[in-house]
Amino acid sequence: MHLVLFLIFAAFCLAGAINLLLQSHPINSALSLIVVMSSLAVLYLLLGAEFLAAAQIIVYAGAVMVLFTFVVMLLNVGEEEKTHGSRVAKVIGFPAVAVILGVVATIVLETQKHLAGVSLSDGVTTTQDLSRVLFHELLLPFELTSVLILIAILGAVALARKEGHS
Amino acid sequence: MNFDVVPSSWYLILSALLFSLGVIGFLIKRSLITVFMSIELMLNAVNLSFVTFAHDWHAVKGQIFVFFVMMVAAAEAAVGLAIIISIFRARATLNVDQIDLMKL
Repeated sequence: MHLVLFLIFAAFCLAGAINLLLQSHPINSALSLIVVMSSLAVLYLLLGAEFLAAAQIIVYAGAVMVLFTFVVMLLNVGEEEKTHGSRVAKVIGFPAVAVILGVVATIVLETQKHLAGVSLSDGVTTTQDLSRVLFHELLLPFELTSVLILIAILGAVALARKEGHS
Repeated sequence: MNFDVVPSSWYLILSALLFSLGVIGFLIKRSLITVFMSIELMLNAVNLSFVTFAHDWHAVKGQIFVFFVMMVAAAEAAVGLAIIISIFRARATLNVDQIDLMKL
């Protein structure tokens, strides 16, 4: 059952990511990114991370992607122009991607025997477990992120404001 | 074959594949907004490997790391899209080939 669910949603993830690259209109890319993020939420659930699955849907598939589609519609972005692309990307970029993927895949396959399997009967990490660690040991970083988000809001407002309106 | 157990390495390979697709998107896409989406895709791929390792080692802190990455990504998306809006106001284009100067 777990294998079937994993294969279905891993296929959705990869199909969404490939579709993101193939589409030429940004709104289609944004919609395929929503597919990727929602399937990742299901994979988080399979890994027993129930809080993160909910946060993934709410924060990523919800808030962040609404922001993206909103900007695409606000700027009325059209089809992407096809240009030759950068030469540096062709010479260094694509070999580097191949090397990174090759190295990571080799390392993972080599160390496979040290890794356990994932099954549905492993139980879930409840929100209670998560918050116990978050609010006991990591309270200061958690509070600091509120400052970060405040600065981000101020920065976004300052950057997106029209010139001349003070 | 046991249908109830999936090796952790499969999740890690999926994460590596998604990351590579994100890098390729970053390199081949010509629209600034799609380049930004590719960056989000890479962040998500890394989050998946964090959750996999957290599950593998029964470490709750790995999941908390993902939680912090999500918060930073949300803040980064808000600022990044504001920058995209102000670039579009100044240049009237989102093609990365035409946005090659640091000054507006």
